[in-house]
Amino acid sequence: MSMLNNQQKKQSSDILGTNGQKELGVPAMEQVYGKSVARAAARKRNLAVTSEGRSPGWGSYAILVIVILVFLLPLYYALSIASQDSTSTQYGVEALIPGGSLFRNIGRAFGAISFWQALGGTLFVATFTSCTTVLFSTLAGYSFAKLRFRGRGFLFVFVIGTMTIPQQLSVVPLYIMANKAGLFGSLWAVIIPSLVTAFGVFWMTQYLQDALPYELIEAARVDGASMLRTFWSVAMPAARPAAAMLFLFTFIAQWTNYFWPMLILGPNKNSMLIVAAANLKGAYFTDYTIIMGGVVLTTFPLILLFVFAGRQLVAGIMAGAVKG
Amino acid sequence: MSFTKTKVSTSSNAGPGKVRNWLGRFEWKASPYLYVAPFFLLFSVVGLFPLFYTAYIAMRQYNTLTGDSGLAVCGATCGSSGSVGSWFGNFSWVLHQPAFWDALRNSFSIFLLSSVPQIIIALWLAWVLNANLKAKTFWRMGVLLPYIVAPSAAGIIFSQIFSDKMGALNVLLQQFGMNPIMWHGTPFWSHIAIATIVNFRWTGYNTLIFLAAMQAIPHELTEAAVVDGAGKVRTFFSVTLPLLKPTLIFVIITSTIGGLQIFDEPQMFHSGTSGYGGANRQYLTVSTYLWNLGFNNVTIGQPNLGRAAAVAWILFLIIVAIAILNFCLTQRLATSGEAKSKKKKGRA
Repeated sequence: MSMLNNQQKKQSSDILGTNGQKELGVPAMEQVYGKSVARAAARKRNLAVTSEGRSPGWGSYAILVIVILVFLLPLYYALSIASQDSTSTQYGVEALIPGGSLFRNIGRAFGAISFWQALGGTLFVATFTSCTTVLFSTLAGYSFAKLRFRGRGFLFVFVIGTMTIPQQLSVVPLYIMANKAGLFGSLWAVIIPSLVTAFGVFWMTQYLQDALPYELIEAARVDGASMLRTFWSVAMPAARPAAAMLFLFTFIAQWTNYFWPMLILGPNKNSMLIVAAANLKGAYFTDYTIIMGGVVLTTFPLILLFVFAGRQLVAGIMAGAVKG
Repeated sequence: MSFTKTKVSTSSNAGPGKVRNWLGRFEWKASPYLYVAPFFLLFSVVGLFPLFYTAYIAMRQYNTLTGDSGLAVCGATCGSSGSVGSWFGNFSWVLHQPAFWDALRNSFSIFLLSSVPQIIIALWLAWVLNANLKAKTFWRMGVLLPYIVAPSAAGIIFSQIFSDKMGALNVLLQQFGMNPIMWHGTPFWSHIAIATIVNFRWTGYNTLIFLAAMQAIPHELTEAAVVDGAGKVRTFFSVTLPLLKPTLIFVIITSTIGGLQIFDEPQMFHSGTSGYGGANRQYLTVSTYLWNLGFNNVTIGQPNLGRAAAVAWILFLIIVAIAILNFCLTQRLATSGEAKSKKKKGRA
């Protein structure tokens, strides 16, 4: 019975799929193909299933609009608190009504966190670590994916294993090491532990395995290119899409990182944005208009980045399971 | 295999001198190691060495200001009056602290309260997104937006929404004639509030991971189910969900590792200027406890870094135990490995 059904289903889906305009009506189908085909077609139409996937009703759009509004609400709330004229309206529902002092409060926060210095520090750390992570990860990923060498399998498993080590485990010794090296309070203490990540190596290996054909490497070798040259002019261009995504993820991870910079920057709280903004919370604990001003200042540049690179981020997350 | 071919061709080109040939072969042999070297060098300095160094510090009376002063001592806390050091002195001291157990309980509770609803909502949203929507990228980007808000920034914003006296939610509750909720006062409600902050940032992210996995499921399968008489709900639970199992397990493992380390959110959720984790440690997490023990509460005579290192190792062991448990579950549950490998080719 079910086999029969499947066969008939195939026929009916051919009819439905190929001539979209000239679809047969359900009663007509019953005439031509019999009752069960007609029933199946009716079910498919009722549930809006086509061979291109489920077609959405207005309900799907409504759900998505509501979800995005819910996601936007906290951001709006931050903006709205930051726009209050005085601290008397900074709480509760009153704060949902925007005031007129957004720029005044942001200006105050701007000064309090010495924005340019903090932005410069964050940009420096995030850009520097993203560049080195991409470079070193691509090098290692190319080697793991396309070159044969003794110990490759073991080393790669080792790389994956290191991804389960929590950040907290290395915090204490890194703190002592940074102090001994005289890097306490310096941006380099934030940069050095993040120069390359196991995740980056894993990500680039996965990508290059599929994206870079052996023939290309071989051709370069036959043409007399050195190994480094082969890497630079064959592997690097092939790795570009994944490298761009890795850059974005590392950049955002560094931008939003709080725990380690907060520990190691010590008194130099204004040398990175997130730490500076979090510090406002302690310094102005009764005045949320300026605290939220700081939050807006730290979040806005990333929103700007998101507008331009959000498409890449979506593609990156969907291309491989990324987290962290 | 293809490389032996290349090797032959280079050596047959032997050309001018033996030296060049030898150099070429050396480069060929050494370069794979040279390429992975930067990662392993850096990792051994900032990852591997610290791993063992933490273990060493965890056994010492290590103070930030005065440095190492001998083997760890648990002392009166463990009921031993003598000052004889032992390797596990810091560990037993930590395990004798009620605060540590509170922190462990809170971390697990927040982790469960955040990941369970998060995964359910993400699955549902992915199902909604997995349709012939117009402007697909727009909806996907919209769902992902909270990901770029730093956890600490989200923590600050939500600390206002969940504020006890004048928070937006409590004012709303009162307008509907309900009693305000003491979001910071009780473990349960504070965990709900902190879990909400976590969910805010990660739900959209996980939605996209599930969406990619759903797109790898051939339409014929769902179509066949519908034709065979399954409704939307039945199709989801009997066809879609089983095929998502590998992805589901992956998301659960990563959110376990991340969830147990949570620090930024509870730290920023805390509304006072002093103290941490709440007056009765309602929302003290393991990471917050570690921070307070090792870096916030620094006085001479306390082996503060030694004890923090012990906490870090305990946390690591718990995470490893859970990862192994997950792995065993994966082995038993993962009947279909195809969905995950196909997922990478999902239409983005």
